[in-house]
Amino acid sequence: MSAIHEFEGIQALADALRQGRVSAAELAGEALRAARAYGDPQLFLHIDEDLTLAQARAADAAIAAGRAGPLTGIPIAHKDLFVTRGWRSTAASRMLDGYLSPFDATVVARLREAGAVSLGKLSCDEFAMGSGNENSAFGPVRNPWDPERIPGGSSGGSAAAVAARLVLGATGTDTGGSVRQPAALCGVSGIKPTYGTVSRYGIVAYASSLDQAGPIARSARDLVPLLDAISGFDPLDSTSLETCDGRANAPGRVLEDYERAQARFEAAGARPLEGLRIGVPREFLNEGLSAEVGAAVEAALSVFEALGARRVDISLPRTALSIPAYYVIAPAEASSNLSRYDGVRYGHRAAGYEDVADMTSRSRTEGFGDEVRRRILVGTYVLSHGYYDAYYLQAQRVRRMIADDFRKAFAEDCDLIMGPVTPAVARRIGDNRQDPIADWLGDIYTLGVSLAGLPGMSIPCGFSGDARPLPIGLQIIGNHFDEGRLLALADRYQQATDWHQRTPGQQ
Amino acid sequence: MMEWEIVIGLETHTQLSTESKIFSSSSTRFGAAPNTQADAVDLALPGSLPVMNRGAVERAIRFGLAVGATVAPRSVFARKNYFYPDLPKNYQISQFELPIVVGGSLSFFVGEQERTVRLTRAHLEEDAGKSLHEHFTGPHGESSSGIDLNRAGTPLLEIVSEPEMRSAAEAVAYARTLHGLVVWLGICDGNMQEGSFRVDANVSVRPRGQAAFGTRCEIKNLNSFRFLERAIQYEVRRQIELIEDGGTVVQETRLYDSDRDETRSMRSKEDSHDYRYFPDPDLPPLIVTPEWIERVRAGMPELPAHKRARFEADMGLSPYDAAQLTMHRPMADYFEAAAGALPAGQAKLAANWILGELSAALNRDGLEIGDSPVAAAQLAALIARIIDGTLSNKIARDVFAAMWAGESGGSPDAIIEARGLRQISDTGAIGAMIDEVLAAHPAIVEEYRAGKQKAFNSLVGQVMKAARGKANPQQVNALLLEKLGG
Repeated sequence: MSAIHEFEGIQALADALRQGRVSAAELAGEALRAARAYGDPQLFLHIDEDLTLAQARAADAAIAAGRAGPLTGIPIAHKDLFVTRGWRSTAASRMLDGYLSPFDATVVARLREAGAVSLGKLSCDEFAMGSGNENSAFGPVRNPWDPERIPGGSSGGSAAAVAARLVLGATGTDTGGSVRQPAALCGVSGIKPTYGTVSRYGIVAYASSLDQAGPIARSARDLVPLLDAISGFDPLDSTSLETCDGRANAPGRVLEDYERAQARFEAAGARPLEGLRIGVPREFLNEGLSAEVGAAVEAALSVFEALGARRVDISLPRTALSIPAYYVIAPAEASSNLSRYDGVRYGHRAAGYEDVADMTSRSRTEGFGDEVRRRILVGTYVLSHGYYDAYYLQAQRVRRMIADDFRKAFAEDCDLIMGPVTPAVARRIGDNRQDPIADWLGDIYTLGVSLAGLPGMSIPCGFSGDARPLPIGLQIIGNHFDEGRLLALADRYQQATDWHQRTPGQQ
Repeated sequence: MMEWEIVIGLETHTQLSTESKIFSSSSTRFGAAPNTQADAVDLALPGSLPVMNRGAVERAIRFGLAVGATVAPRSVFARKNYFYPDLPKNYQISQFELPIVVGGSLSFFVGEQERTVRLTRAHLEEDAGKSLHEHFTGPHGESSSGIDLNRAGTPLLEIVSEPEMRSAAEAVAYARTLHGLVVWLGICDGNMQEGSFRVDANVSVRPRGQAAFGTRCEIKNLNSFRFLERAIQYEVRRQIELIEDGGTVVQETRLYDSDRDETRSMRSKEDSHDYRYFPDPDLPPLIVTPEWIERVRAGMPELPAHKRARFEADMGLSPYDAAQLTMHRPMADYFEAAAGALPAGQAKLAANWILGELSAALNRDGLEIGDSPVAAAQLAALIARIIDGTLSNKIARDVFAAMWAGESGGSPDAIIEARGLRQISDTGAIGAMIDEVLAAHPAIVEEYRAGKQKAFNSLVGQVMKAARGKANPQQVNALLLEKLGG
């Protein structure tokens, strides 16, 4: 019997599969048993053994036929924001309890075609609104490092499942930090690629101009095949890019860039990152940053400096404005995107009602949780006649200014940007229940990247001094289409450190 | 008594003739079983996204070019948010601040007077589905409402005129011309019964001479020219009576009830929605390059305005006739085919026949010109027999009637032959007939000789009667004069 945690990463497992040391079906069966036996029953929202084993058998057939790719037979799972044929697709909302999609999200289809074996659907914040996974209608998810703590969100289930070594990779979505923040809080690696490089088709929409899919895995090296497989133009998503700076947006692009960057680092010898300028925004090291997160980030920067990189002080002056800009634009889009959930065609319908307007109203009131209702109300308000210019248009102006700040930094000061992902480590479940805005403020370091459409990732860079130590994440932000280079840089760091290899319960 | 001026602006929803919907690949075919033409996008299933149909954009470009408008290089789709059960996303994708077609104008005749109405804009949008309230029962036989989403997502071009029309007749002439144009361009099937061409009329009245507009009412969804005319006439009467009785017009949306021939209030401005328009983040701005416009232009048929100018300049038609003949493309094609089969300089005769005898027959039988039993070549053959003197105009009309009825395979020559209608132009035969008439009516001849001009006409009549109308009138006149003078 082989369990997933016995393998160092995707490459090691893929080798074992190809060499016949383990079969995909055997591995999937073991992974399903581990998932069912896992101590947090709210982590998976839907498991269907038959579906998983069918995929595993297909993977074994592909391996036997010599058609195995880097992901063939690799156990993964999907955030429940991706619609899937077979598995229920709920967006962790009562509104979509039991909903079955007639089609797969493009990301899901691409990973299936690449041979990855899905264990099922992972919990998240309802409609991806939240940063603690407490907003799931089906109960909170626990942080594998400390069950009293949140795993982060909204892709909290994805980060927790990878941290708990139940899967080797998981899909997430990042609208304002929803891949990076849970990856940081769970001590795993995650990347949000440039907006438009991965299809949004089949992602239950939260804020369309910001939503972007990204994988979560143990290491940067494991993220490479996952991100490469899901990247690419999709004619079903009109915001999907056909080209990235003149190159085709297709699988192979990220991998090629990653390998080219690695080759360059290799050629540079003992100081592989020589000449690389790392911008550190002074606004990211502000008074809101906890001392232990600040110290871990500083230590990580020293590692990069030791590898040859140079640290430069930069400014992203509108960092603080990213919070109000995001919390106007995202709710505005959400208020419209979630209008379709009316109980008419599918989804929750109230049991009793007077007329069709009442049916819609009651169904939505019952079907949506507090945070979703809160954002729909905010979004409806900021789009209303008389307020649109003052809120929505103003937020769009600020959004452009924030993007300009990043553009200027990359044009004049640095090659990439580093800083913290979160101001602090994972808080306790239930802590901000009376103060939902506190969580919004905690998104300060991740929102700007989303508003500017840039690629950003989070990798583990240390632990807190708590009795049960909690992971800390380092954020690495690149220019547009820089995913391959970011992953190579992160890999260089992970070659020099072992934070990403730490496993909950084995400290 | 106050004199009132009527102010009318029209908004026309033209259903574009694409095979598939504007943002999905479902078919747009009319009349399919409910909800059989609605896919994930049309049902607004979670995770579905809109993808714009370039065919719909090309049709909008065609329209813009045809009315001399600016085709915007960049236009933006926006979301119009409101909850309604037959609107699956609970927002409609439309164009708001930046439409694809800006400006342009439409010229047409109201009676004998030519008018030009400027267009404000034309924008692309998706249609909603249909709610079925009447005679609909649920799965357990209970009284219920149903929704058919086959129409949801059908592409529409909403064409908005300036408020420049001043009578119901003018509004109807505008709508008829616009209808002819969109069908001519091949961008709309023009089927009004199926809702392919629906008109909303904004109507207000003001004292003649007043610059400011009166308060307007919008009459929704008029799907025939007759209803458009009657609805405006009713609404104008209603508003004038209301004001003259000391009341004020309230801005509102009204529905026309054709059974009662009246308009009724649907909703007032106070209960109007706040649509919370904002740019649709699922759709990037629509970019139309000059190259795209040129490709569309190259594939366009000759425009009615161009044809009309050509008919006037090259074929000698009056502006009115040229306008009438270019209202509908089949009519223009028919005219060109007929005129082309005639000797140069005879196009006017073809126009007279088409706008006169042929149009009357079509109207009488409720036929479109495409269904005319008399083909353009046959009509030209008939007209050729007038030109060469075989037929008089009067007899030609009888031959036309026979052609219409399908006699002798519709061939004018065969009918002339079979009925013996050939005009008698043989001098000898006419002379012989005159001799007989002069011999039979000595009294009338006497009167003529006494100086009575009327007697001459009477003798002509007698000759024509003897010839059963077929004698060439010019020859009869000339020969009779000759014989009486001799």
